[in-house]
Amino acid sequence: MKTSTIELNQKLETPGIFTSLLTKFRGNKPKTVATDLGSKVKNALLILGSIILFFAFWHFGSKALFNIEANVMIEAARKEGGDAAALATKNCIATGDLSCKPNALPSPADVWNAGLSMYKDYQVLSASKRKFYEETAQVNAQLKAQGKKTMVYTGRSSFVDRIGKSLLTVFAGVILAMFISIPIGILVGLNDKVKLMFNWIIQIFKPVSPVVWFLLVYMIIKTISKNIEMDKSFIICTVAVALCSMWATLVNTSVGVASVDKDYLNVANVLQLGFMKRIFKIILPSSLPMIFTGLRVTVSVAWMVLIAIELLAQSPGLGSFVWEEFQNGASDSNAKIIFAMFVIGIIGFLLDKIMLALQKTMVYSK
Amino acid sequence: MFELTSSIRENAPSMGQVMLDIVDLKKVYPTPKGDYVVLEDLQLQIKKEEFVTIIGHSGCGKTTLLSMIAGLNKISGGAIVLNGQPIIGPGPDRGVIFQSPSLLPWMTALENVMLAVNQVYPKATKTQKLDVAKYYLAKVGLSNDINKKARELSQGMQQRVGIARAFSLKPKVLLLDEPFGMLDSLTRGELQDVLLEVWNKEKITAIMITHDVDEAIFLADRVIMMTSGPKAQIGKIEEIKFERPRDRKSIIEHDDFYHYRKSLIDFLEH
Ligand SMILES: Nc1ncnc2c1ncn2[C@@H]1O[C@H](COP(=O)(O)OP(=O)(O)O)[C@@H](O)[C@H]1O
Ligand SMILES: [Mg+2]
Repeated sequence: MKTSTIELNQKLETPGIFTSLLTKFRGNKPKTVATDLGSKVKNALLILGSIILFFAFWHFGSKALFNIEANVMIEAARKEGGDAAALATKNCIATGDLSCKPNALPSPADVWNAGLSMYKDYQVLSASKRKFYEETAQVNAQLKAQGKKTMVYTGRSSFVDRIGKSLLTVFAGVILAMFISIPIGILVGLNDKVKLMFNWIIQIFKPVSPVVWFLLVYMIIKTISKNIEMDKSFIICTVAVALCSMWATLVNTSVGVASVDKDYLNVANVLQLGFMKRIFKIILPSSLPMIFTGLRVTVSVAWMVLIAIELLAQSPGLGSFVWEEFQNGASDSNAKIIFAMFVIGIIGFLLDKIMLALQKTMVYSK
Repeated sequence: MFELTSSIRENAPSMGQVMLDIVDLKKVYPTPKGDYVVLEDLQLQIKKEEFVTIIGHSGCGKTTLLSMIAGLNKISGGAIVLNGQPIIGPGPDRGVIFQSPSLLPWMTALENVMLAVNQVYPKATKTQKLDVAKYYLAKVGLSNDINKKARELSQGMQQRVGIARAFSLKPKVLLLDEPFGMLDSLTRGELQDVLLEVWNKEKITAIMITHDVDEAIFLADRVIMMTSGPKAQIGKIEEIKFERPRDRKSIIEHDDFYHYRKSLIDFLEH
């Protein structure tokens, strides 16, 4: 196909009115579309190929690990009960029975099945939840009328519920991070004295690990929440996520504010804009691209640390799911963990895409 | 509509009186290699409703002088007195038009002008303010583009918005720093006419820096020639006696034009 277009081009290069007419009608347009389409298809094939390679590597890798584990089991049986026991174990493994399944890296198929079983589990759980609320509807209405607390479903969270919880937490954390870091960033960017006051805090606390932030927040919230009714683990997660992830936005905001075009500031000076107008009409709009770049980093950091923090705070999100499954040690726990890993990765990727799209609408070309 | 006078225009001197008095002006920039004296002992009087152009070699301190009049740059010595009041900072009584249009690119043309109008007429109603902004945008020939974002406008159109914004401040003095330097000569000619028209109508004082000899003569009542720095001063002043309103074609054909031109070029090449 490629050679034929080249030939066509060479033919067209012969001079004359006819040629120029030909180029007009056959034009460059269809050709560029064709090559564009061609390169798109090529790229798609490349990606598809790499995905197939990835799963093949995983599939055969897990098979190899499985065989190692299986051999260890068979040899152990042989040592204990002789060849007969070894054969029995081998046959048992071949049937795929759970009682003698070697505990190794799950294969892609295992993970897919774990995903399906979690989906079924979600359907069962949400049905029982719906049933609970249907049955208690009358009682709850009475309780509400009497001004008492209504009955709440306290069953196990399904995987989908956990995704929702994690998304809610990360959203709340990022919003909190924005409310802390953008105003401080503006002040730091505007005023060198404020910058001196905050710089050491930023330098020292920025590299602190999420685990330590969690412990700090835990110490404080534990005391504050002594006499207050609230979802403690959610609040701890939110605050800890905010404290871990806000630094990129803080630094970027201050840099953006400090580097506002001098011409714009001169305009503000000539017009004698007040402090608030100066911030909202000039400084914020012109540093918005920088702030958004920071926010994008904040969102991806928030999602990454959330998993670790949820694990520690025992908030019913994806982080604690992974940890609970690991400790659970059921036959399909490992597969569930890897399924969760994919879900976490894909959500992180989508969050970043959303931020990128938002950022693109914010960035203006001068 | 323009009865909305701001307090700024009260107790203004009548035409022909000195309104801007620059006395013993000095400007020093501290540099790593010691102080750099840009201007020293600079004296200049500018009359009300006068149009002066300032010409001089690059780096002699023209922008420095203008930004001190604007109040955007600190004075090292001497004083700049506007209507009897020494200048201490920037303010809307002095409209500034920079070489780059310096519009806020995320705002529309109208919003850019409204930003200025809101500051000068805080008590007017929204409709009155919009009328003022639209009036000046129409004056610079932008009636159809007022809702375009500033970044979508061409350089020439952006500079038109800049002119509208500066005039909408109803300033006593309009300060222009090579405002047409980045434009092609056709657009430049058009904008010179726009500027003269609005200046003539608004009866304000204009001080404009230019590096274009013809532009300096065409626009000015007086051309101020600055000596080269350091320690730049006013070297020579040429009074341009053409009648107003001026017509570009007849001025270029006028004998006096070549006399003025020679005077300026002699000074600059000296
Ligand atoms: N902020 C500054 N600090 C130090 N030197 C400066 C500063 N601004 C201008 N200068 C110097 O002062 C001189 C005059 O500058 P300027 O007023 O911009 O000249 P012009 O507008 O006539 O070209 C130049 O030599 C320039 O390098
Ligand atoms: Mg200059």
